[in-house]
Amino acid sequence: MVIIEQFINGLNLGSIYALMALGYTMVYGIAKMLNFAHGDIIMVGAYTISVATTNLGLSPILSVLLSMLVCTVLGVVIEKVAYKPLRMASPLTVLITAIGVSYLLQSVALLIFGSKSQRVASVINVAPVTIGGITLTGESIVTLGVTIVIMILLVLFINKTKVGKAMLAVSEDRGAAELMGINVNNTISLTFAIGSFLAAVAGALFVSSYGFVDPYTGALPGIKAFVAAVLGGIGSVPGAMLGGILLGIIESLSKAYISTQLSDAIVFGVLILVLLFKPSGLLGKQRVTKV
Amino acid sequence: MKKIKTKTIIWLIIAVVIYAVLFYLDATGKLSRQFSRLLIPVGINIMLAVSLNLTVGFLGELTLGHAGFMSVGAYSGCMFTVFMDLPVYIEFPLALLIGGLVAAIFGVIIGVPALRLKGDYLAIVTLAFGEIIKSVIINMDITGGSAGLKGIEKTTNFTVMFVAVLVTIIVIANLINSRHGRAICAIRDNVIAAEAVGINVVYYKLLAFVVAAFFAGVAGVLYGHNLGILKPATFDFNKSIEILVIVVLGGMGSITGSVVAAIIITVLPEVLRGLDDYRMLIYAVVLIAMMLINSNPRISAFRKRIESKFNLKKNMKEAE
Repeated sequence: MVIIEQFINGLNLGSIYALMALGYTMVYGIAKMLNFAHGDIIMVGAYTISVATTNLGLSPILSVLLSMLVCTVLGVVIEKVAYKPLRMASPLTVLITAIGVSYLLQSVALLIFGSKSQRVASVINVAPVTIGGITLTGESIVTLGVTIVIMILLVLFINKTKVGKAMLAVSEDRGAAELMGINVNNTISLTFAIGSFLAAVAGALFVSSYGFVDPYTGALPGIKAFVAAVLGGIGSVPGAMLGGILLGIIESLSKAYISTQLSDAIVFGVLILVLLFKPSGLLGKQRVTKV
Repeated sequence: MKKIKTKTIIWLIIAVVIYAVLFYLDATGKLSRQFSRLLIPVGINIMLAVSLNLTVGFLGELTLGHAGFMSVGAYSGCMFTVFMDLPVYIEFPLALLIGGLVAAIFGVIIGVPALRLKGDYLAIVTLAFGEIIKSVIINMDITGGSAGLKGIEKTTNFTVMFVAVLVTIIVIANLINSRHGRAICAIRDNVIAAEAVGINVVYYKLLAFVVAAFFAGVAGVLYGHNLGILKPATFDFNKSIEILVIVVLGGMGSITGSVVAAIIITVLPEVLRGLDDYRMLIYAVVLIAMMLINSNPRISAFRKRIESKFNLKKNMKEAE
């Protein structure tokens, strides 16, 4: 029974990683950049919920909506101000800028809220369910449900709508997409908006499960979500989902059965092993370099 | 040939003068305590930045695990001095060597599988290795766990630091200007072309990686013997990023740039200490602004114009 509960914990954590990994992977697929500030958007989302529920006294649903709005706008603004002027720059320049943005968000949060971690009341108000001796918390149920719904919607959006297909086209070949009349700049902005929206959802689920937020809340989950995206094959949407879920399960099981402190090492070790045998991740496309 | 020789002598004289001035200022107490305490951290950051520049700037492979090599070197070197009871003048150089060698061995262990990967994949794998090294150190008893390794003799002084920095710069600068260095730069510029002219890509990639790891390890040993305590949390992902930022700000593939940027990045937080709360904010804004300004097409066009004028004058002078 315990192993099943740990497995469900893993699914819960993995869903959050998967939602974050989607943001990394979509931005990477389209803008070819690692958005290191993505983890900190989750922190912003979590603080927004905290302020909205405690200071403004909004209802949980309204505060989640507000946090989605704030994160989406923030993501687009960051893209316009910091990343857009760097379209032609080297990947390393963009990476350093993203790291700068991440530091910026953390230090602004530090200035406003201080370094002490704040308790945040869960925005999820669902009673726990017991099935055959296994207790599912309300948070787990909602997290799993929300993640499944979002993933289905995202896959439909990318494959069925015109804008989604434009995103696919840009990630395949930016130049050719532009020649076909796709507005590349708008598509990239939209990708950032979707990624940040998903980050807001992940942030809401994260604070509901863990109940606290501090300026560095997003840093380590951000790196792990990034690992999940690479594990699944960066640039691949199903890969990010698979990588996130796998990572969450591995982390949760190794915490329960091996060692709490070594769980991070195990997670990173799995990544290295996978990349040794599949250098472009589990579902990534192998790109052949031509002269 | 003669030209290179005079250049070397000039650099040597400059180094000696810098050493003499700093030593005099430090010894007579003319340097404020705040700054004299910074001399060794500046040196350590110069070593780290110059060695990372070899992989990021000259080899062109982004690695995010430099702090991992530093920690491996630091722990092995410092554990050697803590557990051995040899006279300092034998023990300390041996510790430096051991720290460097162990880091270099880890460089091989990590480099052989990791260097098969490219670009962002290599970055994430080196990041993962750095985190694994940190977790393992925390979980070992012999290293003192997360409380840290205590009781290290504080043997690092300004003279040792200066010599170490000098050796690092000379070795890496000479490596770059040698046949090996040209091979490394050729790999950065075009892997396929380099392979086609018969450069052993795997060997040279590993060479750059291992040399960088060696100096990071030595820097780690010096770091431990300066502070007297090692904590695994110091060598996290942020430390690697800090070194990378120094390399990028100084200019990739420029050793002088790395040195100057290392000094600025180390001293800047101390100067800004008055604005303690806003320190990180300013740091972040400066970082973003530098990147945006550096890649602004108008500014780079302006810089090119100035440079071409400058070069024209220089060429005319040489023609005369």
